[in-house]
Amino acid sequence: MAFTKEEIAQRIAKEIKDGYYVNLGIGIPTLVANYIPKGIDVVLQSENGLLGMGPFPFEGEEDADLINAGKQTITTLPGSSIFDSAMSFGMIRAQKVDLTILGAMEVSENGDIANWKIPGKMVKGMGGAMDLVASAKNIIVAMQHINKAGESKLLPKCTLPLTGVKCIKKIVTELAVLDVLPEGGFKLLERAPGVSVEFIQQSTAGKLIIEGEIPEMKLD
Amino acid sequence: MINKVVSGAEEAIQDISDGTTIMLGGFGLCGIPENCINALVEKNVKDLTCISNNAGVDDFGIGLMLKKRQVKKMISSYVGENAEFERQLLSGELEVDLIPQGTLATRCLAAGYGMPAIFTPAGVGTEVAEGKEIRNFNGKDYLMEYAFDADFAIVKAWRGDTAGNLIFRSTSRNFNPVMAMAGKITIAEVEELVEAGELDPDYIHTPGIYVHRIFQGKDYEKRIEQRTLRKKND
Repeated sequence: MAFTKEEIAQRIAKEIKDGYYVNLGIGIPTLVANYIPKGIDVVLQSENGLLGMGPFPFEGEEDADLINAGKQTITTLPGSSIFDSAMSFGMIRAQKVDLTILGAMEVSENGDIANWKIPGKMVKGMGGAMDLVASAKNIIVAMQHINKAGESKLLPKCTLPLTGVKCIKKIVTELAVLDVLPEGGFKLLERAPGVSVEFIQQSTAGKLIIEGEIPEMKLD
Repeated sequence: MINKVVSGAEEAIQDISDGTTIMLGGFGLCGIPENCINALVEKNVKDLTCISNNAGVDDFGIGLMLKKRQVKKMISSYVGENAEFERQLLSGELEVDLIPQGTLATRCLAAGYGMPAIFTPAGVGTEVAEGKEIRNFNGKDYLMEYAFDADFAIVKAWRGDTAGNLIFRSTSRNFNPVMAMAGKITIAEVEELVEAGELDPDYIHTPGIYVHRIFQGKDYEKRIEQRTLRKKND
């Protein structure tokens, strides 16, 4: 069974360590906040200018002046701080943020990522994604392995305009957990429960590296 | 103290003419200068180049200026919430320069700090880098990006005083302080305008030297783009 979006988020949350400052992108990455392991201290950064992002507000407590980078109403927490957009990207560029989790439309076997533009169709802009991928020391991508037509989004080379080059090191999809090796290639680490290595192979257009037994992903 | 107070949005923007380059603070609809945007729509100035992180939504914020075709060029990082914008862009009616959000903020900062350019890794190896100078520092490539050159910056603050000092509230701060520093002429609209001396100097976010005109805005709608709530038992 392929993982749901929630399960992808849950699996990624296991990568978060005590004391991390983490930036979560829009989409599946936002869901990761729901699964941060109990007992560890993590500070979420929102690039519009907040450290210490809290949960969504209760009805009646929402504040138009307090939103996250996805423009959703949120709350602060004890220890939160607010700053301007230049400082926000300053701390990202200076690698003070330990982990960035973001979505992707395509990733290539050398770690290039495309997630901001489909020429002639979708023009939303890159937002902070190019700054994040160019500077983050540790990036995890949450993405769909294959599109609705069954075509792979893990490619030898991206077909869409790039967001960043040679920057992605880890990917979690509905089918698998993979590392992108420095010398190129997707190294298969784990597979979703019941998903065969053969299916992952046929769903991966880029170079897939399989060594030994591939365990199933565990969420707990 | 030099008194920076003007009567309202109409007076504040009276010398903004066709073809002007203006910066507008805000992130999404959060912290946008609502009064001045409405006054610009009313005045119907044309061929504007707007530097702003986002382009509003169809019926609010910069979207109102787009709808009246007042904008010739947008310089933004994310414009995904505006169907009219996307239509004008894809049809070629609107010129658009999409740039990384950190680059946008830091090009404002550079202008306010008197630095002609910055080096950033954002966009290296992508179409953003086309035609730009690349320098290698310590084994990593960086793009040279120029400081912005804007005729006007229009920002929204929570509180301000007659000397032009500004304090922002919560995440409506976003681009406002860096844009306030970057305009040749900076206009600040505030929710509450007080006399000089009433704000604690230790808590000023933007010193009045960067602000040329200030007024107390009115009728703030402060629209929420994504009202997202948690249930009581969560």
